Amino acid sequence: MRKVKEFIVEKLILICGLACIFFVVLIFLFLLKEGLAVFKIVSPLQFLSGKSWYPISEPPQLGILPLILGSLFVTVGAAIISIPIGVACAIYIAEVAPKKIKEILKAGIELLAAIPSVVLGFIGMVTLVPWVKSIFHLPTGLTALSGSIMLAFMAMPTIVSIAEDALYSVPKNYKEGALALGATEWQTIWRVLLPAASSGILAAVMLGIGRVIGETMAVMMITGNAAVIPSSILQPVRTLTATIAAEMGEAVVGGEHYFALFAIGIVLFVISFAINVSADLFLHRSK
Amino acid sequence: MLKKCLVFFVVMILASPLFAASRKNSLQIKGSDTMVNLGQAWAERYMEKCQQEFIAVTGGGSGTGLSSLISGTCDIAMSSRNIKQKEIVLAKAKGINPYEIKVALDGLAVVVNPANPLDKLTTDQLAGIFTGRVSNWKDLGGKDEKIVILSREVNSGTHVYFKEHVLRKNDPNSKEEFVPRALLLSSSQAIADEVAGNPAAIGYYGMGYISSKQKPVHVAKDGKSEYIAPTIENVVSGKYPISRPLFLYTNGEPKNLVKKFVDYALSKEGQDIVLKTDFVPVNK
Repeated sequence: MRKVKEFIVEKLILICGLACIFFVVLIFLFLLKEGLAVFKIVSPLQFLSGKSWYPISEPPQLGILPLILGSLFVTVGAAIISIPIGVACAIYIAEVAPKKIKEILKAGIELLAAIPSVVLGFIGMVTLVPWVKSIFHLPTGLTALSGSIMLAFMAMPTIVSIAEDALYSVPKNYKEGALALGATEWQTIWRVLLPAASSGILAAVMLGIGRVIGETMAVMMITGNAAVIPSSILQPVRTLTATIAAEMGEAVVGGEHYFALFAIGIVLFVISFAINVSADLFLHRSK
Repeated sequence: MLKKCLVFFVVMILASPLFAASRKNSLQIKGSDTMVNLGQAWAERYMEKCQQEFIAVTGGGSGTGLSSLISGTCDIAMSSRNIKQKEIVLAKAKGINPYEIKVALDGLAVVVNPANPLDKLTTDQLAGIFTGRVSNWKDLGGKDEKIVILSREVNSGTHVYFKEHVLRKNDPNSKEEFVPRALLLSSSQAIADEVAGNPAAIGYYGMGYISSKQKPVHVAKDGKSEYIAPTIENVVSGKYPISRPLFLYTNGEPKNLVKKFVDYALSKEGQDIVLKTDFVPVNK
């Protein structure tokens, strides 16, 4: 009897585990099936390097280079803002802060992670956008920079909590050894702890970036959604995610626009998959 | 927790006759954001009269409405543009026969910030601005400031109408497009807000959205004609150059419940609601 029970539970768990992978494969196959159809109309090269995105014109122009660059600008901007602050915050929490402040900070960061992105987008729209417009004397505040700043807030919790874990798991005797050799606190952090935790911190950064590139709502609200090839971060951009979200309603099922949106989905999938895999590699190296 | 579950079940059980009833006597209406307020006003009044019928109205854009009519997820599509040939072909392939009913007219207002000294433009100048040939207000006699162009997203019938009738001047062979740097905003309200806060912005939307925070521009067909303000009288008389019909699309000629609702929309009462929601009636 016990054996039977054991057997059933074991198989149930196995099925649950397989179901996850099964669904991922199904989703990917569906994406491929719907997305690859667009390449009957445009070649993959034209699709990826085309400079204009006019999906509803006759004939449609389906070039997603401006969208890729839009996503890239916003993501790089967010990374530049969130990585130094996030890593510094992690160092402070893990190594410097007294216990009481540490608890408050950790709770605060979890709270930041709990803010829904549409709320951040809305706050950005009414506060950040006019502010960016007046500081840089721009014709409009709906720019890649506004998106980057807002997304930096979204990436920060991920970066801080994983980087802090990485720093925390550096063996205590490294630190004690360094201090015993006469290194100052800062020297210990900079020369010993950071290198020892580097792969974990890299993984944190990668996961943070992964979060940024997949984010939709906030960027759609504050980046202006103009499909231009951006030359500076102070210009409006249109990201891959916002394009899918804004246009999916219009696309007639089975039309070329619909296929093109799924093809954008494939591009996004490939990008975030690459980011997650590299994050995973870094994490495993650290163990 | 247990108590909550119990309450939930009781509510579900009490509500289940409602669901059952709604399936039989319900209509799904979907489409143009421009027409959402109008559709909702119709539905509310209609439901007051016919208590046991239920009508759900949602927006999303004309394209959204037509594509759900084609895929069979709504009974009536609201559209602020004509159905495209391609959509008809797709519909036929799915056994759906789109039937067009003109229910109202709408004037498209071009708006700028009240601080902008400009108050009149020709359609040529408008095409120049929105295609990017004119990029500074000073070329039109305004301040030396870059023009910030606001447009609706591509799923909007207003976007398509403006492109075909202002940018391309009704010429089916024209290749004019919105300049890529035009900001595509997801709702008419977003355009209204941005114009209200940005002295360099110009945008367009249905007349119903005009408020004191934006200034509607008077528009002339060409340099020689009169500049006309977007008002209901001018749209009715046909003087205002950028006005368009609003449609309901159904699958085949309306029958049963669908017919009852369409008839209501075209009735005297329905057309009074059209006027109240700042559109222009077709049946005078």
